[in-house]
Amino acid sequence: MMQISCPLCGVRDETEFQYGGEAHLTRPALDVDDVQWADYLYFRNNLKGIHAERWCHALGCRLWFNALRNTATHEILTVYPAGAPRPIVSEALNELHGTEGAKR
Amino acid sequence: MPRYSALALIRHAFGAHHQWAPLWRSPTPKPSYDVVVVGGGGHGLATAYYLAKNHGVSNVAVLEKGWLGGGNSGRNTQVTRSNYFYPVSTRFFDHSLRLYENLGRELNFNVMLSQRGVLNVACSTHELEMMRRWANAIYLNGVDAETLTPAEIQRRIPRINLNGRHPIVGGFIQPRAGISRHDAVNWAFARACDSLGVDIIQGCHVQGFTRSASRITGVQTNQGTIHAGKVALVAAGHSSELARLVGLRLPLTSMTLQAMVTEPIKPILDTVLVSPSVHVYVSQSDRGELVIGGGADVYHSYMQRGSLATLEATIAALVELFPSFSRLRVMRQWGGTVDISPDTSPILGKTPIDNLYLSCGWGTGGYKAIPAGGDTLSYTIVHDTPHPLIRAFSLERFTRGALVDEGAAAGVAH
Repeated sequence: MMQISCPLCGVRDETEFQYGGEAHLTRPALDVDDVQWADYLYFRNNLKGIHAERWCHALGCRLWFNALRNTATHEILTVYPAGAPRPIVSEALNELHGTEGAKR
Repeated sequence: MPRYSALALIRHAFGAHHQWAPLWRSPTPKPSYDVVVVGGGGHGLATAYYLAKNHGVSNVAVLEKGWLGGGNSGRNTQVTRSNYFYPVSTRFFDHSLRLYENLGRELNFNVMLSQRGVLNVACSTHELEMMRRWANAIYLNGVDAETLTPAEIQRRIPRINLNGRHPIVGGFIQPRAGISRHDAVNWAFARACDSLGVDIIQGCHVQGFTRSASRITGVQTNQGTIHAGKVALVAAGHSSELARLVGLRLPLTSMTLQAMVTEPIKPILDTVLVSPSVHVYVSQSDRGELVIGGGADVYHSYMQRGSLATLEATIAALVELFPSFSRLRVMRQWGGTVDISPDTSPILGKTPIDNLYLSCGWGTGGYKAIPAGGDTLSYTIVHDTPHPLIRAFSLERFTRGALVDEGAAAGVAH
């Protein structure tokens, strides 16, 4: 069971949250071709490793926010507001583990 | 390949069964192959088998990062069925079921196929109406399906509780569906591949590809670079990671799907029971264990270990349907990384790279498709044109918007 830190409510069990997929996808202009539109709609990086993704505290305050999470270990590096730029991974790791941790 | 038979069993008894040959060799990779299949799960092995058997292409290597049966082909719940909604899906999956029906004989290996039926139950009038529509669609597509009343369900499954929190108001069965033994399917294909000259290379981790402008020329592995005429990526949950190495993005999300078995008990359940609305399914293996599955953990993960919450929901649903099962102990629980596509249908066929072929997006339902996936992908590789059964499952369907939305049509994603 993962525990996710909602920016408003603090640490809660994963059962309170709904996953929203990859973060930082930008809707293209409406006149793009089918390839670009399909890329936006369906194609994903599906990373094994540190992944920027959206979560909603669906059974709590219902806030949408972003998280940096390692999809191979479920470790959550940091959470940050929707719309904010993607944090730098090494900085997030530093904050979590100190400089030693970042080397892992 | 020495044939298995009752006579062989008796003959080997005199040698105290020490003389059985290994099912496949463990060769070191040759410098070059006509076709390199990346991924030694059921689909990879079946692809190599049909390449050699149907098309005479036996200079083939199957590269497996771990060991045979260590991934999803040894982690699934062994269900084989063709109860799909859309004609394209039904044609493909029923082709697979028909290949399964003859697989034991063809591969001279008992895959223990038991066509005990897959029985879906409905928990509301609305769900029942959708299920009747689904059953009628299957029937119109030429596949067996029968709708059932609650009394008929009770007669087939005496232990089921029809009046739980979500009362059962009816259902339908596909009688030809059933289960088989997944280890046997893997081993049978591996043994047949090996006897046809295919090299199965375990512990071979693909780290990159060498390529010219529009073609792949080789596969870089921890056992050296292997030149390849054609390459097939058949890597289930890790397809996106492999495709990234050739600069290809795929419409997939990898998630964890859990399953579990209870302690073995005497025969108690002789069909596969599925409840889409509470999302649990259960069958009893020939060893007597109840094999239980449920929904995936619906977030992106490569952990091969599901959450307790999903496990708890699955078991809660099961004991509501079968109160007597609450006394059983769960012996083993595990998770596999499944590659879910946006329409929950597979992605199979050609790619933008000339000699690279793809078999992925099997999501939570790849086991049933192993023979047909291998058969059609091998045809596609040899002819460089999609097999007629898989034209609808191409990667470019997402660009054309021609999705095959079985997830929505059949009510539950595989």
